[in-house]
Amino acid sequence: MTTPTTEAAGHAAEGMAEAAGHAAESAGGMPQLDFSTYPNQFFWLAVALVLIYLILSRVALPRIEAVLSERQGTITGDLAAAEELKQKAVEAEEAYNKALADARAEANRIVAETRAEIQAELDEAIARADAEIAAKSAESEQAIAEIRASSEKAIKDVARDVAKAIVASFGVKADARAITAAVTQRMKG
Amino acid sequence: MAAEAEMMEASGPAIDPMHQFTLKPLFGEGPIHWYTPTNATLWMGIAVLGVIALLVLGTRRRAIVPSHTQSVAELAYGFVYQMVKDVAGKEGVKYFPYIMTLFIFIVFANFLGLIPLSFSVTSQIAVTVMLALLVFVSVTLLGFYKHGLKFLGLFWVTQAPLALRPILAIIEVISYFVRPVSHSIRLAGNVMAGHAVIEVFASFAASALIAPIALVGIVAMFGMDVLVAFIQAYVFTILTCVYLKDALHPSH
Repeated sequence: MTTPTTEAAGHAAEGMAEAAGHAAESAGGMPQLDFSTYPNQFFWLAVALVLIYLILSRVALPRIEAVLSERQGTITGDLAAAEELKQKAVEAEEAYNKALADARAEANRIVAETRAEIQAELDEAIARADAEIAAKSAESEQAIAEIRASSEKAIKDVARDVAKAIVASFGVKADARAITAAVTQRMKG
Repeated sequence: MAAEAEMMEASGPAIDPMHQFTLKPLFGEGPIHWYTPTNATLWMGIAVLGVIALLVLGTRRRAIVPSHTQSVAELAYGFVYQMVKDVAGKEGVKYFPYIMTLFIFIVFANFLGLIPLSFSVTSQIAVTVMLALLVFVSVTLLGFYKHGLKFLGLFWVTQAPLALRPILAIIEVISYFVRPVSHSIRLAGNVMAGHAVIEVFASFAASALIAPIALVGIVAMFGMDVLVAFIQAYVFTILTCVYLKDALHPSH
């Protein structure tokens, strides 16, 4: 029992060590250590690697590099354009603010001017009205004085007539001169 | 040893999670010559077609506002380009197409390997060793071409005390030559382990008792393998960038 198994194990080990192509067939061995397949794998690996290298260096890598740099360029360009537009917007805002300030100043100036004009006109009108009022009042005063004078004379006349009539009614011949003097005396008092 | 073998025989059809990694000729039987088209050839070819579909057909419209496929292509381009620029510096950008080739091949091979019944190219140590050696040899040659013998300054740590420098130099040289080994085995190991574990879970699923657990295990492992597929491509690429940086700027 012992002999065949040890023999088999020994054979397997031998096969692995020899690596003569039997190792792969013996159970438990590593097919990777079957050196007879190595030239084959080396050859086909070399073919695969050379193919991949040619594909990469001739086609794939330059293309991807171009795409990436193009994208980078587009992004940079877009950013620059955005920056420019932003600058323009700031400028436009500044111009707008300046126009607004100008308009406001102009409006203030016009308001002030108009106010001054109106004030001047007003002053003039007041002055004129004052002068008119003064003239009118002087006139009125004169008229009043005249009326007063004329009314005093009328009163004196009436008083003298009345006095003359009263005296006459007493049956006495009235002295015109004495009556006038008395009336004048009375009216003064 | 005997008990183990007995157990394996007792469990009926032997679980052989490694069988999926076997190379087979595409047409008929027979020995695999260096030119024989195999399942590995087929899946490498599909990877190349995938690269064409994504990076060439996907970008054919050169749109300023990209389509979905073009977005993914641009994302892959930007991802690797940024990685090269950040890690290897501006001078490294010259080698971007080579690094992109490695990355895109590994990514496609890894993800195609996740398709059930497919063949995972990157699980083959032959493939990852060749990739790692390509990087190692070209980076080393580039270092000597750019800096001549000054490239050896990479191993001479000038910040360290003079007495320590020879010892450090030995360590640096060893670690330099271990690079391609870790570089290749990391990728193949991760991919292989993920696939093998899925297959082990899948063989458990044949037994009705543990089938639910096995199914959950398969789903979980598959999810992790999706992550691993990308992360390992990323790790391979970023290490390539680091090695490239060492070649361009060897001084510590």
